Amino acid sequence: MSNAVTALNGANYQGFATIADQGLTGMITLRGDLASAGVKAAVKSATGLDVPAQRQALMGQGTAALWMSPDELLLLCPYAEVGARLAAVEKALKGQHFLAVNVSDARTFLRISGKGAREVLAKVCPVDLSPEVFIPGMFRRTRMAQVPAAFWLDETGTFHLICFRSVADYAFELLKASAQPGGEVGLYA
Amino acid sequence: MSTRLAKGGRLLDKGRALHFTFNGKRLKGHAGDTLASALLANDQMLVGRSFKYHRPRGIVASGAEEPNALVHLGEGPRMEPNQRVTTTELFDGLTCTSQNHWPNLDFDIGAVNTHLARFLPAGFYYKMFIHPRPFWKHIYEPFIRQSAGLGRASNPGDPDRYEHFYFFCDVAVIGGGVAGLQAALAAAEAGAKVLLMEQTAHWGGRAPVDGGEIDGQPAEDWITATLAKLRDMPNVTLRLRSMGAGVYDHGYLLGYERVSDHTPGTNAPRHRLWRIRAGQIITATGAIERPLSFAGNDIPGVMLASAIRDYAVNYGVSIGDRTVVVTNNDDAYRTAITLKKFGLEIPAILDARQQGGGALAAEARALGIRVENGKGIAKVKGGKRVTGVAICAQAGEGAVLEEIKCDAVAMSGGWSPVVHLWSHCGGKLLWDSAQAHFRPDPANPPRGAQGEAFVVVAGSANGYLDLAGTLSDADAAGKTAAKAMGHKPKSTKAPSATATDEAALEAVWLMPQGANIKLRMKSWLDYQNDVKVSDVQLAAREGYESVEHAKRYTTLGMATDQGKLSNINGLAILSDALGQPIPQTGTTTFRPPYTPISLSAIAGSARDEIFQPIRKTPIHGWHEANGAHFEPVGQWRRPYCFPKGEETHRDAVTREINQTRSRLSLLDASTLGKIIVKGPDAGKFLDMLYTNVMSSLKPGKCRYGLMCNENGFLMDDGVVARIDEDTFLCHTTTGGAESIHGHMEDWLQCEWWDWKVYTANVTEQYAQIAVVGPKARETLAKLTTDDLSNDALPFMGWADLTLADMPVRAYRISFSGELSYEIAVPASHGRALWDALLDAGAEHGVTPYGTEGLHVMRAEKGFIMIGDETDGTVIPQDLNMGWAISKKKDDYLGKRAQERSHMADPNRWKLVGLETLDGSVLPDGAYATAPGHNANGQRMTQGRVTSTYYSPTLGRGIAMGLVHNGPDRMGDVLDFPKVDGGIIKAKIVDPIFFDKDGEKQNV
Repeated sequence: MSNAVTALNGANYQGFATIADQGLTGMITLRGDLASAGVKAAVKSATGLDVPAQRQALMGQGTAALWMSPDELLLLCPYAEVGARLAAVEKALKGQHFLAVNVSDARTFLRISGKGAREVLAKVCPVDLSPEVFIPGMFRRTRMAQVPAAFWLDETGTFHLICFRSVADYAFELLKASAQPGGEVGLYA
Repeated sequence: MSTRLAKGGRLLDKGRALHFTFNGKRLKGHAGDTLASALLANDQMLVGRSFKYHRPRGIVASGAEEPNALVHLGEGPRMEPNQRVTTTELFDGLTCTSQNHWPNLDFDIGAVNTHLARFLPAGFYYKMFIHPRPFWKHIYEPFIRQSAGLGRASNPGDPDRYEHFYFFCDVAVIGGGVAGLQAALAAAEAGAKVLLMEQTAHWGGRAPVDGGEIDGQPAEDWITATLAKLRDMPNVTLRLRSMGAGVYDHGYLLGYERVSDHTPGTNAPRHRLWRIRAGQIITATGAIERPLSFAGNDIPGVMLASAIRDYAVNYGVSIGDRTVVVTNNDDAYRTAITLKKFGLEIPAILDARQQGGGALAAEARALGIRVENGKGIAKVKGGKRVTGVAICAQAGEGAVLEEIKCDAVAMSGGWSPVVHLWSHCGGKLLWDSAQAHFRPDPANPPRGAQGEAFVVVAGSANGYLDLAGTLSDADAAGKTAAKAMGHKPKSTKAPSATATDEAALEAVWLMPQGANIKLRMKSWLDYQNDVKVSDVQLAAREGYESVEHAKRYTTLGMATDQGKLSNINGLAILSDALGQPIPQTGTTTFRPPYTPISLSAIAGSARDEIFQPIRKTPIHGWHEANGAHFEPVGQWRRPYCFPKGEETHRDAVTREINQTRSRLSLLDASTLGKIIVKGPDAGKFLDMLYTNVMSSLKPGKCRYGLMCNENGFLMDDGVVARIDEDTFLCHTTTGGAESIHGHMEDWLQCEWWDWKVYTANVTEQYAQIAVVGPKARETLAKLTTDDLSNDALPFMGWADLTLADMPVRAYRISFSGELSYEIAVPASHGRALWDALLDAGAEHGVTPYGTEGLHVMRAEKGFIMIGDETDGTVIPQDLNMGWAISKKKDDYLGKRAQERSHMADPNRWKLVGLETLDGSVLPDGAYATAPGHNANGQRMTQGRVTSTYYSPTLGRGIAMGLVHNGPDRMGDVLDFPKVDGGIIKAKIVDPIFFDKDGEKQNV
């Protein structure tokens, strides 16, 4: 497994915010009845977290539980552990109607950090990123310029963003252009 | 001559000189100048030539309404045409050139048109150039294109960058004059989140120039204090150089920020397009002064009275030593008084009103200025600049009473509220006959989805032309908007202002009112498009009664300024000619943007490598490094072929196919769609989606299937693998991955919501590599200890393997007719597996092949391709694919549609193979002709080519096509006319050209 690489292979850009490839991350798409005890147990056993509420991101130690839709979650874990965590999900939901699938390689996972992070995203996503509205723990599936993307904010003010793997170069170059020095809007920094 | 005054210039930093050039002439201005004020300070009165008659034109206004003073700004790739000098901030090193003249600005050949004006009336082009018809394309149009137009198109390669910005607020205030400031303050104090945008570089609008006191202090001090308050409020965002460009449904507002137009060369983006969602929008957009229509009102030196005042107060520039003021209202007296106080001469104020003005007129008289009531201008004297005016009685026909020498004329025909943004999204207007202007109708604002008003108008934009009225209206507007957003406005009082006792305006649409035709032909309504009073009257006589028709016919109010100065005057003349009141004529439609915005701002950052997303497989980098010739497939770039050295694409394709058929090749098939379908009802669901039966598929096996839409037409195909009892993996075409996933979710969510099925699109989770050719098995065997025998992994089976230490799933499916394994591996390992397969296959000369090789090989095998053999009108039965349509199933999507009479018609064209008699390649899309002609005189047809290639395997051209009764006509020869006139004869044959029994793939 040592030859696994992300599409961006650790790329990093320092503008008025920092854009960085987060590296290989375990990701599981879980579809099911989010209100059920089974899903609750599955999420707990795979991530140690509760089932997130609508547009919520819950973050744990190297894990996260992200609300994708009324019947879909995205669970994050270390890349090497995705097999075991997937098995845990399947065990918890055995006999119930659900779908759990490893999508760790389907995504590009970026970190946008620094004071300008909100402005970088506000240039490409039709989302209210003002500090009073977009607060830590919020999760949003949206459009990033011309590609679908989802992001959430942690307590340190860092944004975590996922998009499809095939558009990794586009996403990175787009965010780079947004974070280019001189382009500070001067609102949120 | 125009010059810089010793005094004045509140916006200037006279300590900082800036150098710039106009038509190559080096000129000097100051920091704080606009290009307009700097040109005027250098006595550059003549700045351009008019559109049609090439008349000399000077600056008329001081703001966004300027129709004349448009220049080519910048050089090379930064050159931009039609830039208004009045809204261009001066910067050091600015270069600009004037437009629409030849050979030069001072001597322009085109000016001969002005003497031909009699022969170039409204609608001239329509009347003149319609006959004879062929002349238009070859003679008239090239000539008109040469002589017409404003600036030249800009050059390619714009080096600047542009971007968008999404913003959300409760209340967006457009316009940073005193009304905007007060409205923003009132809304913000109520707790609303407020955005205040001002299009210029300065807050406060006209108030500091027009004077007056607010809350007992000079307007400028009040502005400073109010700004300080707003800056201290965390819920307020202030943006200068930001224009409200357009108001759209649901409170969507476009803001156009000119971030660094005034500081070129910095690392900032040039323009930023703000895409705003506002709960409420306040348009505090002010008002624009109207010109008066008198003969010679376009001669350089004739300007709006307010503009002359602006240049003196804001920029310390005088337009001339002697300025005649001509007006129908009191406001223009402010210009006379201001200039007089600067020590300049006002030979006369011509007040068209018989009763004259109020307090300001008395003040002017007290300053010793001659004021003539009931008088107007019969004619302005001068050519490239004003030399004098001939005075007449406004009530008469233009008999000259006296001539007065002067260098400038300050005209004021009253003020029109800027109603553009109010009107963009459906706000209606009222005619205010007292002030002779249209203003917003408060009962008919733009409304949202619930019928609620979402635009509020404030200040002079609402028809309040006095300071006190403006401020109280703006205060109320701010509170109204905040309240609409659920905030509680404070019960504060609006700022107070001293009221001036002004006499009523008197509408003057033509000066003198009985001007004869000679004067009317020199009385300009629209400077930019050369439309005169006589043109609009002619249009009315010729039956252009609708204001929209008259606009198109005369070009009144078209082009870059969209009639900001001319519209009201023009429609007043039209109304008069039609003998109807002005409100009955109405206005033309106000459309965004308010003033032109750059196309680059609209494009934002979408240019060059981020013009659009290019999807790349995990192996894309290898393809690039190894000389792949790419073709777009959806947003993917897939290798078409891999030419070596000087090899042509066709030779490369031939080599790749021969290598595949004889030994071993690899195909990057990662782009194929992969959708997991899981649940107790998954089999039932797929039986509905595909035309054949999928529920009977055994785990470990694969089956090819066809998918139709509910109209019966074939929309996608691919191989389905059953993973376990509950789980299927559906392969789709590359272009179908997202749409088929959406199609599945549509049916599951909207129709079969109670079926227990979940889907997941895992297309990008896997790199998929097809290992193809007689040596495929032995090559894979080198990389695994798993059993690859035909028994363990037969044709149309799949197995999980460990290959080169990587976990993979191998599908034994073939689109080439060869022994073939499609290996799916997690995308992060994709490149590693590709490299391992290249290594392992080296002894067989392994080569990658591209999409063209794939296409040719599938055609040799008679396999259809979605998008070639199908075009949205083809059903599986047309393709003789009855074998893939279940007769047992009660239903599947498309079944009933396929039973409709036209779908079941035996005359539908059906798939056959086509073999040219001479071995050549048929042109793609060629039609087979039939005897006779149809009702349109076209040849009858009996078939068409859907796929055509040179087959290296067979050494000849092969094709597939849809032919009338084709399958029953084997051996018939059809004629396919070529574009160049020849005919290719082709024989109808079986569409499977190669290895009909499939012996090669099933070994």
